[in-house]
Amino acid sequence: MYAIREALAAFRRAPLLTGLSSAMVGLALLVVGLFGLAAHNLDLALSAIEERVEVVAYLRDDVRQNEIDLLMQELSEVEGVRSVRYVSKRDALDRARTDLPDFGELFSDLAVNPLPQSLEIELQPGQRTPEVVERVAGDAMVYPFVEDARYGQEWVDRIFTLRRIGAGATAVLGGTFAAVAALIIATALRIAIFARRDEIYVMRLVGARNGFIRRPFLLEGALAGLLGALIAWGLTYTTYRVVYAYLFAIAWIPQLWVLGGISAGVVFGVVSSGLAVRRHLREI
Amino acid sequence: MIKLTNVSKEYPKRGFALRDVSLHVPKGEFVFLTGHSGSGKSTTMRLIHMADRPSEGEVRVAAYSSKKVSDRDLWKVRRRVGFVFQDFRLLPGRTALENVAFALEVTGTRRSDIVARAQRLLGQVGLSPKAGALANELSGGEQQRVAIARALANEPYVLLADEPTGNLDDRATRGIMDLFWDINASGMAVVMATHDLALVGRYAHARVLELDAGRLVYDSAATTVEG
Repeated sequence: MYAIREALAAFRRAPLLTGLSSAMVGLALLVVGLFGLAAHNLDLALSAIEERVEVVAYLRDDVRQNEIDLLMQELSEVEGVRSVRYVSKRDALDRARTDLPDFGELFSDLAVNPLPQSLEIELQPGQRTPEVVERVAGDAMVYPFVEDARYGQEWVDRIFTLRRIGAGATAVLGGTFAAVAALIIATALRIAIFARRDEIYVMRLVGARNGFIRRPFLLEGALAGLLGALIAWGLTYTTYRVVYAYLFAIAWIPQLWVLGGISAGVVFGVVSSGLAVRRHLREI
Repeated sequence: MIKLTNVSKEYPKRGFALRDVSLHVPKGEFVFLTGHSGSGKSTTMRLIHMADRPSEGEVRVAAYSSKKVSDRDLWKVRRRVGFVFQDFRLLPGRTALENVAFALEVTGTRRSDIVARAQRLLGQVGLSPKAGALANELSGGEQQRVAIARALANEPYVLLADEPTGNLDDRATRGIMDLFWDINASGMAVVMATHDLALVGRYAHARVLELDAGRLVYDSAATTVEG
């Protein structure tokens, strides 16, 4: 009870200092939030491109239906394959006419359909790596009635490289931003605690227990962290709305990330305050 | 009550602040701890308050030994040893009453009892009329009285006072000294560190200990002191 009263009283007694602490926490977490927003949208964009990665197995014209059925059955059981779709010669020609309208006349004058029938092999999410694509294409090529299996190796390699760069950048930059945010939060709360060093001293002097001394400061740290996290959330959301309305359509970050960010603010607040008080208690 | 046995204190940069000091302050005694600046008076007070641990030897305060009491349990010692300083160390933004009440509140006194007890303590030090005044608006003597009331909040066995009259004029000094003697008359031991020998001379019946360069060189209660 005393801890709650004192933590709230600290906000009342020095609103500017505690407000500044929360603002610093908020700005530090805003950087993390904006980075999260950018990273999430980059990830979505790459995933959308990745969706289009598939293996196409071209079949000989003389393949029998039961062989196609068997191939479809066996390929759908290969590890990493999500679905196998049959595209007949006619479907292929229709699709070509739709996709390539400039060549419409050429396609309509054909006496014989030159396009092969094929199987479009879609891979499971997370399995669209060069290794898996190459393996699945190799598996298809084992069948004698498969003339060729293509998957746009260069394209897949590039996407995969982009993914790796994205993951590396997210880890390094995200980690750096989080570390910087943690340092800023720790400094802000240390300043707030330093301003109350006289109280800590008196508490120690008259025989207050260490846990009793720490509790209000931990709570104050948690409140400053929570307030800062909410400020960061508000500013990040405003940025998202502005970008969405005036620049281009982007997606809002997952709610789990938002909850994680707010929890991180509270945890940083508690840990930073705890360390700062502990240090003060040692020095007195 | 207080017993120092062959106590030495060495600081990493300053070297020895105390060397092989042994002394005993029984219950209800009034002791002046004298000596020049840097003689080890404040170090002795800190060791009795267990704000520091001796490098060698043992400090005992009531049932607590510096060798046995853990950091976690130091609060128990602090509640048995009241401490006042030359610079009062009050919380400036709070009233006299709030300063005393703060000590009671943070040491677990029942909330309903805090104000009444704080008022009684202020009455004991003759400061009831100034209970509502902010600490920084009080005179030096009045601030020291608030500090004494705060030090008495947990009914300690002993009151330590480190140069408590150093910032006070003659009249305020007399008032504070009278207060210390009143407290002592109630059975509480008082250990007062001071370099003011003229002040010590006014109280010939008090016990006087003198430190020099960290060694106890004089004890009025002993025939000889081995240095």
